[in-house]
Amino acid sequence: MHASRLAEQFETIEKQEHAARLAMWVFLGSETLLFGALFALYGAYRVMYEGEFVESLHHNDVLLGTTNTVILITSSFTVALAIHFVRASRSGLAALMLGVSTLFGAAFLVVKFTEYAAHVREGVLPAGMYSLAAGQQPPGGAIIGATLYWLMTGLHALHVVAGMILLAVVGIGCARKVYSAERYVAVENAGLYWHLVDLVWIFLWPLFYLTD
Amino acid sequence: MSEATIDADLPAVDPRGAGAEEPDYLRAETSVRSWLLTKDHKRIAIMFYASVIVFLMLGGLFALILRTELLTPEKTIIDANTYNQMFTLHGVTMVWLFMIPAIPGAFGNFVLPLMLGAKDLAFPRINLASYYVYALSAIIMLTAMLAGGADTGWTFYVPYSSTSPTAVSWMGVGIFVNGVSSIMTALNFIVTTHTLRAKGLSWHRMPLFIWSIYGTSVIILFATPVLGMSLTLVALDHSFGLGIFDPRYGGDPVLFQHLFWFYSHPAVYIMMLPAFGVISEVVCSFSHNPPASYRAIAYSSLGIAFVGFFTWGHHMFVAGMSEFDAGIFGALSMFVAIFSAIKVFTWVATLRGGSISFATPMLYFLWFLFLFVFGGMTGVAVATQSLDVHWHDTYFVVAHFHFIMVGGTLTSFLAAAHYWFPKMFGKLYDERVGLLTSVAVFIGFVFTFLPQFLLGNAGMPRRYYSYPEQYQWLNVLSTGGAWLLGAGLLLTLANLVIALKWGRQAGPNPWGSRSFEWITASPPSKHNFESTPLVERSAYEYDLPEEVARARVPAR
Ligand code: HEM
Ligand SMILES: [Cu+2]
Repeated sequence: MHASRLAEQFETIEKQEHAARLAMWVFLGSETLLFGALFALYGAYRVMYEGEFVESLHHNDVLLGTTNTVILITSSFTVALAIHFVRASRSGLAALMLGVSTLFGAAFLVVKFTEYAAHVREGVLPAGMYSLAAGQQPPGGAIIGATLYWLMTGLHALHVVAGMILLAVVGIGCARKVYSAERYVAVENAGLYWHLVDLVWIFLWPLFYLTD
Repeated sequence: MSEATIDADLPAVDPRGAGAEEPDYLRAETSVRSWLLTKDHKRIAIMFYASVIVFLMLGGLFALILRTELLTPEKTIIDANTYNQMFTLHGVTMVWLFMIPAIPGAFGNFVLPLMLGAKDLAFPRINLASYYVYALSAIIMLTAMLAGGADTGWTFYVPYSSTSPTAVSWMGVGIFVNGVSSIMTALNFIVTTHTLRAKGLSWHRMPLFIWSIYGTSVIILFATPVLGMSLTLVALDHSFGLGIFDPRYGGDPVLFQHLFWFYSHPAVYIMMLPAFGVISEVVCSFSHNPPASYRAIAYSSLGIAFVGFFTWGHHMFVAGMSEFDAGIFGALSMFVAIFSAIKVFTWVATLRGGSISFATPMLYFLWFLFLFVFGGMTGVAVATQSLDVHWHDTYFVVAHFHFIMVGGTLTSFLAAAHYWFPKMFGKLYDERVGLLTSVAVFIGFVFTFLPQFLLGNAGMPRRYYSYPEQYQWLNVLSTGGAWLLGAGLLLTLANLVIALKWGRQAGPNPWGSRSFEWITASPPSKHNFESTPLVERSAYEYDLPEEVARARVPAR
């Protein structure tokens, strides 16, 4: 059965899987830089507007933010379990764990959108849409803080969605016994992607919730 | 669908069997469909090759319109607005649709697996997809050009870019998509180099071209996402008033410049490193000598790739920067010149004691040497803040980067086009015409850009469509040079196209090179090698006679 999924340019299945893994790591490195640009802007603006910048962060609910951190860390754990199970050829359990992880992703989004809804009600929106109760504009530093908040958490939320799709796809694969101890790089790679999603949040959480 | 139905017209022999005559990759299948859906790196390379030539011509056409406008001090053929659009389109087309994909997309794709002794890249499907993503980006950019264009210059500086009435957002989307394509290609090259080297091919036996393509790929992976993000922010600002760089909402326009140059300075090495790789191959093959120092060439590429990430500030000396920062950025920029000089000296030393054959690629090497050294020295000059305050935003800078980027990338693109022509198509081009057109390209080039140093030094700013009378004679020289350059390029193309049909048969290794891509047939078969080679020597063992060198890359 090995021969059939060995692409002709590879000599062994091990090399082929090594290539797939390496590709994922390289891709994640590149993906990090996409966020890197925004983290750099965050750093620059925060230094530029010390006091004003954190004003926008007062609207963030530490409890909700922390809940989401817990959700994502737990989901990374269930993903790790899934990989453990698939390596042991217990594909059914792996599928279950991946399903659970996907649901954690969904829970994260529900919490996040609850927060977004609150921000919308309070008028904490990016750029020119940000207005205080009296209808005046907040100071520039606060506005840029809110803009970055929406941008960075929004981009992260998109990654959560992408990660959920990946987890669901390999989860279905596990349920159908496509993946097993013989073949599980795809599951590992989806897991790696999910860990990146988690890791980015681990940075966003202190930056937007814990440091005002 | 099974392989059998696709390859129905092939003779029924085992392609890897001894003595099997496999048709070459061009003739293996001929339907349009077999081209459009091919996963063969060689065919994908040809598709990139054809596309970048089209965009070189398009970008060249824009350039000729610009230069013709500058023939007289006042309006000549187009108005100020059209002029602004034209230089933006010229820059965008040349940078993202020609220069960045040109050497990696066309020649990297073609020869990298051959040099590694591999049957293909690690991910042939991603490779094909990267071509279509590139094509999509070109379509988006062309559509944006028709639907209002863009008049910001290729640098998209805010605040103008977020308020310009032109189609800036679509241009940004096009460039973003283009970046996705280069990331896909880069990822493929890196993984392939790690996993598909033939048995016995250690890192220090690899052809130097691989090192430079590898270095390029690393830069692409780390720099391109940042550019993608900064242009996304500009596009969001332009379309939805996101205001991340807008002072009304607390933004700082100068931060855009930081982000932009954090990518775009390394991006100049995305264009240069592949050129270095081609030059290394050409020098060794045509002087029949190993590189004077393999490691010096290989590692200096990595040095450039690394230092290139810390020099971006030299574009912003006049954007408000402390003396201290300017000094640091200036000094770091000059480090690049040290690494580049290491390369230049090593190439020149390689010639020593060699038996030099003076074919067209070798002539392009000489042009490259002159333009790169001259352009590099002016780089060191503008990296000095006190001088740059005078030259910034004048034609001096335009001349600097055209000498290096265009001089460097274009001459090595043309060197590669001639050097690997027999490999790609199995034919020889006409050497005399090749040498002549090469001279025309060089003279045209020098006439176009040398006067621009003088113009800039005399104070003519860039990106203006009219100018005071006293600048006219230099502008006339420059425009004349541009027309000659254009003609030289068209004749070069004609020479190669004619050779496609009427050229003499080349044989597997017409230049007597020791590099591994010449081990296999020219043009190679669909699977590159009759059987996977075993590598028992480095890519530059010119002290061995050709047969012995060949025998040290036996089939396994
Ligand atoms: C010896 C190494 C080099 C140094 C020290 C150097 C330095 C500089 C400096 C200081 C500037 C800014 C001038 C100004 O805007 O006032 C500049 C502009 C530029 N350089 Fe270089 N450079 C070097 C090599 C290169 C190479 C290898 C390339 C391309 C392959 C390149 C492409 C450019 C471009 C495109 C610009 C202008 C961008 C624009 O404003 O449109 N440079 N260079
Ligand atoms: Cu630069």
